[in-house]
Amino acid sequence: MTEIVFVLFAVVAVGGAIGVVVGRSPVASLLSMIATLASVAGIYVLFEAHFLAAIQVLVYAGAIMVLFLFVIMLLNLGHDYRADVKYGLWYLLSLVVVGLTAGALLQGFMGTGATGVRGDGAAAAAAIDAVVAEKGVVGAIADPLFTDYVVAFELTGLLLLVAIVAAVVLAKPRT
Amino acid sequence: MGEMNELTTTWFVVIGAVKVIAIFSVVMGAVAYMTLAERRVSAFIQDRLGPNRVGPFGLLQPIADGLKNVIKEETMPGTAAKFYFVLGPALAIMPAVITFAVIPVAAPLPTPVGTVDMIVADVPIGILYILALSSLAVYGIVLSGWASNNKYAFLGGLRASAQMISYEVALGLSVIAVLLLAGNVTLTEMVWQQQQLGLWFVFPLSLAFIFFLISALAETNRLPFDMPEAESELISGYHTEYSAMKFSMFFIAEYSHVLTASALMATLFFGGWDIPLWTGDDMFRHGDGWIRGFDAAGAPIPATPHVLITLLTLGAFAAKTAFFVLLYIWIRWTLPRFRYDQVMHLGWKVLLPAALGYIMLIAGTMLVLDQLGVPFGFLYGAVLTGVSGVTTVAFLFFVDRDRVISGAHRKRDVARRRVTATTGVDGGAVSN
Repeated sequence: MTEIVFVLFAVVAVGGAIGVVVGRSPVASLLSMIATLASVAGIYVLFEAHFLAAIQVLVYAGAIMVLFLFVIMLLNLGHDYRADVKYGLWYLLSLVVVGLTAGALLQGFMGTGATGVRGDGAAAAAAIDAVVAEKGVVGAIADPLFTDYVVAFELTGLLLLVAIVAAVVLAKPRT
Repeated sequence: MGEMNELTTTWFVVIGAVKVIAIFSVVMGAVAYMTLAERRVSAFIQDRLGPNRVGPFGLLQPIADGLKNVIKEETMPGTAAKFYFVLGPALAIMPAVITFAVIPVAAPLPTPVGTVDMIVADVPIGILYILALSSLAVYGIVLSGWASNNKYAFLGGLRASAQMISYEVALGLSVIAVLLLAGNVTLTEMVWQQQQLGLWFVFPLSLAFIFFLISALAETNRLPFDMPEAESELISGYHTEYSAMKFSMFFIAEYSHVLTASALMATLFFGGWDIPLWTGDDMFRHGDGWIRGFDAAGAPIPATPHVLITLLTLGAFAAKTAFFVLLYIWIRWTLPRFRYDQVMHLGWKVLLPAALGYIMLIAGTMLVLDQLGVPFGFLYGAVLTGVSGVTTVAFLFFVDRDRVISGAHRKRDVARRRVTATTGVDGGAVSN
């Protein structure tokens, strides 16, 4: 049962990813990307990473992609997108990038054996279950985030704040 | 300890299917009759009669409307992007009808095959599931506005996307105050925490409730926040080009959102299915059984699920939800529409900073109470109620000083005073 659902999500995720690249209009590409993000969230649920799945949908599919859609509709209306498609050397370059990424992924997968998990998968799953039972699905992520990794977390927040301030300064008309 | 009676897998599947069908049917039926309630209440507010011809008191009106929508001719604008034009209503209705799944509607029901939770899916992420799905609701509206290839529909779609993103932030921040106090994200646990606190969260978190109410109004695109439709400006906004069942799907989506938001307000702030001033209905899964609470020594007090308790709590939940649905209708037919810049101003410059400050205040108060060793109970809630009460009064005073959403009369007064002050002559009624 789980395998059937996984294959379903995986097919939609990969199909959506291909759709992003080959889509004829930006809106089609964007919808394909939402399908991919939602399917990946579904795969997270199969891994029982419920919190990650919810955040994936909430932040990426529900907020960032809405902004993308907003920008595409507001700024690029009536623009001929076919002129943007680059040929020749760009084809070759993208092929190289895709090939290298696929190779790296394949190499990582080869070392895992039949289960697809590095090391003792059952022990890792049991350890995660113990943490979730103790702290809940949100606490399992929030606890390390706000103790062990709090400096990195706060720095990320600061970086985003700087970006927002910069965007406001750039967008503000000079008086 | 109360009897547990775990369901076997077969019964779990059967009862799960029954619950899905039952909740879906009830939500759809409620949506149909909310349209009638809206028309009858608006008629009452405007001193009219409203639809009263079809069946007794017009009770068959929703069925007649549904039939009309099904057999009406579907129109397809010649220049519309056809695929997205059809996809739009589907994307709008999908998140609206599946969010109700995580809301607990009553106390557990004992059956011969085991005790049944009165919730379709008690997912561990609870409220996050609702926030995630409602964040997807905007796609249906934006896409249909864009695909219609119509200026008014497109403007409606753009407005919807900007407004729904803006108020999602305030909605999320108002929920964070609830999460802080409940210490968990599942809605069953939130109901339980309110029973344990002896106070509904609306008292210790009064300002968060006000933020939630405003943001939920904006998220459902209802007056005074119906900028995406705005009949007087945009014909009817994003669904201008839609007819028959596709048009009806937008309405089903809107009313489902209203119903879910009302049920959420009842659950997050008004104790969910909890019956006020009675601890006999307090019930929560603890270890292998159901408990009513903990005694002074910390030992669990067992609770026994009963059919009567389930029915009473279901009635309490329905009454609370119905009240908020009525409040929604009441607000719609009482308040005028905002101007678009006012909507943005309220969302970003008032609700966002105020909600952030309020979270700091609640978190700080809770930290002090925890440091003082005050147990989670009535006193804990009373202190928070005091702090929140003062903040709420201060916030309402600030908002109501005409600095944020000023009425036209106030601007005239200010202008007149300015003229009088500079010239010494009474400025009279200066326009604008």
